[in-house]
Amino acid sequence: MATAVMTTLDPKSRSAARGMSDLSIRNLFIIPTIVFLIVFNIFPLLYSLGYSFTDFRASSPAAANFVGLQNYRELLNDLFIWSNFAITAKYVIVSVVGQVVVGFGVALLLNRDIPLKGLLTTLLLLPMMLSMAVVGLFWKLLYDPSFGIINYTLGLGSFEWLSNPDMALYAVAITDIWMWSPFVMLLSLAGLSAVPKHLYEAAAIDRAGSFYTFFRITLPLVAPILMIAIIFRTMEAFKTFDLAYILTSQPTTEVISIRLYKMAFQEWQTGRSCALAYIVLIMILAITNIYVKYLNKVKER
Amino acid sequence: MAAVTTSAERSLNKLAIVGVLIVTIIFLAPIYWIASTAFKPRNLATTIPPTVVFQPEISPFVKLFTKRSQLRTAPTPEQYAAAPWWERLVFDGGEKVVRSGRGEVQWSGYPSRFMNSLIVAITSTILAVGMGTFTAYGFSRFKIKGEQDLLFFILSTRMLPPVVVAIPMFLMYRAVGLNDTHWGLIILYTAFNLSFSVWLMKGFMDEIPKEYEEAALVDGYTRMEAFFKIVLPEAATGIAATAVFCFITAWNEYAFALIMTNRRAQTAPPFIPSQVGSGLPDWTVIAAGTFLFLLPVAIFTFLLRNHLLRGMSFGAIRK
Repeated sequence: MATAVMTTLDPKSRSAARGMSDLSIRNLFIIPTIVFLIVFNIFPLLYSLGYSFTDFRASSPAAANFVGLQNYRELLNDLFIWSNFAITAKYVIVSVVGQVVVGFGVALLLNRDIPLKGLLTTLLLLPMMLSMAVVGLFWKLLYDPSFGIINYTLGLGSFEWLSNPDMALYAVAITDIWMWSPFVMLLSLAGLSAVPKHLYEAAAIDRAGSFYTFFRITLPLVAPILMIAIIFRTMEAFKTFDLAYILTSQPTTEVISIRLYKMAFQEWQTGRSCALAYIVLIMILAITNIYVKYLNKVKER
Repeated sequence: MAAVTTSAERSLNKLAIVGVLIVTIIFLAPIYWIASTAFKPRNLATTIPPTVVFQPEISPFVKLFTKRSQLRTAPTPEQYAAAPWWERLVFDGGEKVVRSGRGEVQWSGYPSRFMNSLIVAITSTILAVGMGTFTAYGFSRFKIKGEQDLLFFILSTRMLPPVVVAIPMFLMYRAVGLNDTHWGLIILYTAFNLSFSVWLMKGFMDEIPKEYEEAALVDGYTRMEAFFKIVLPEAATGIAATAVFCFITAWNEYAFALIMTNRRAQTAPPFIPSQVGSGLPDWTVIAAGTFLFLLPVAIFTFLLRNHLLRGMSFGAIRK
């Protein structure tokens, strides 16, 4: 770890005598943040852990009854919940693979002598900064079967995107790929520009083919950063809610967050939704753990 | 990459330029379509083939800000002549502006949602960046037991799915009356952005040489004085970049706002989609609302362009 630790001052020195000690400043600076996060993130989670063992319904005045592990048992045996997870997995794979292919591909194109490179890169990064919900909504118009510009441009006639149960999830994924490929591109560009030039020069002297150069030099050196992008996007795609919720209401696009939202705020099965939230939470924490490990790895390079 | 020398390399480079241009056009097309639809008359918004060249007008924005109803009978020539120019635009679209009994123009829901978005995003940004800066300094300069675990804990709060946190928060807010209030959302967004702000600011703090403060301490500054007079000015760029990131995140957030607000404190992201109700929506009005909403983020993205990599990687990759 490269954390700079300051030498503690001699307590008798002039400046330490005035003002607060380093120890109390440290506590003053750090403890409020930790407390804030515990109160507004950890405490609510403990609160819902309690409810996950009950049949509580927030819509009814009836008191909550303790039901033990029943919610968890029923959820894990519920084929519909598993199909929500399967939809989520399909969505994660389609959209992350798409983002990596498009993002890394564009990064390879940009990693050359391109005029106006800075401006083009910034323009390409714009989609990921925008609001998923608000821009996603507008994609409804773009996908419209009768007057959407996508069908018009691709000459697809009145092809159904969002109202076709088989196509809707791909349509959501395409919009997600549009929004987040720039993220993969941004990280890939950083990785590509960090590859030492002399490696390419050496490869050129050895008359190595471009195929060989790519797979033996470029890819291995970019891999760690690309991995960060992949894990982060996997985590985000797993949590996805906004886009799918706004674009369609097909059962085939009911990813786990949407199921959770409906269970909690439309069906008001509060206790059970708390249990489902915990199942999702454990999965997310596992991915986060992997993510942070990779972050630290890249940081140490 | 390698200097362009051979002719094969040169033509490859030309291909890359063409490729990049095509990709840029594809990526910007949806944004361009939003912007152009926001200035179209309603009958040109949904034509086949799509209307690309048209006389831009601002009637979508007039309609965005006013409450309207269908015209049953055409306005009389006197009524039309007496109406201000912007009201005529609404008449031209076959609608009329709703007025109160005293003749005051009724606003639509949009301006108040936009204001709510501003209030919530700005306040939560100030809180998150303020607390985050202090905490980042603490992590950067002092020895802390279990530092890695604490930092992981802080980051993990950011990774929680909004809906998971929203369920207990909704119940707690309902108990204390924070549902559908600005403060309710501000607290949630502050908590959400705080971890990001700590991680990003720690990176910026680590880059400020500690010798600066050591010199100040030797000169008789207290640690507090050194922090405020030496470190903070040095960190100004980092603080600004972090603030812009936090603002954009809060500004764009949808799930919490959807669950925690419904009217009084509702922000623009849940409001704009709720406009697309039944029947044929007026896409020009939606585009106008979207356009105004995206504009600040687009400007900020240009200001941030050199910090995007750092921000999106939580400060881990610095270039």
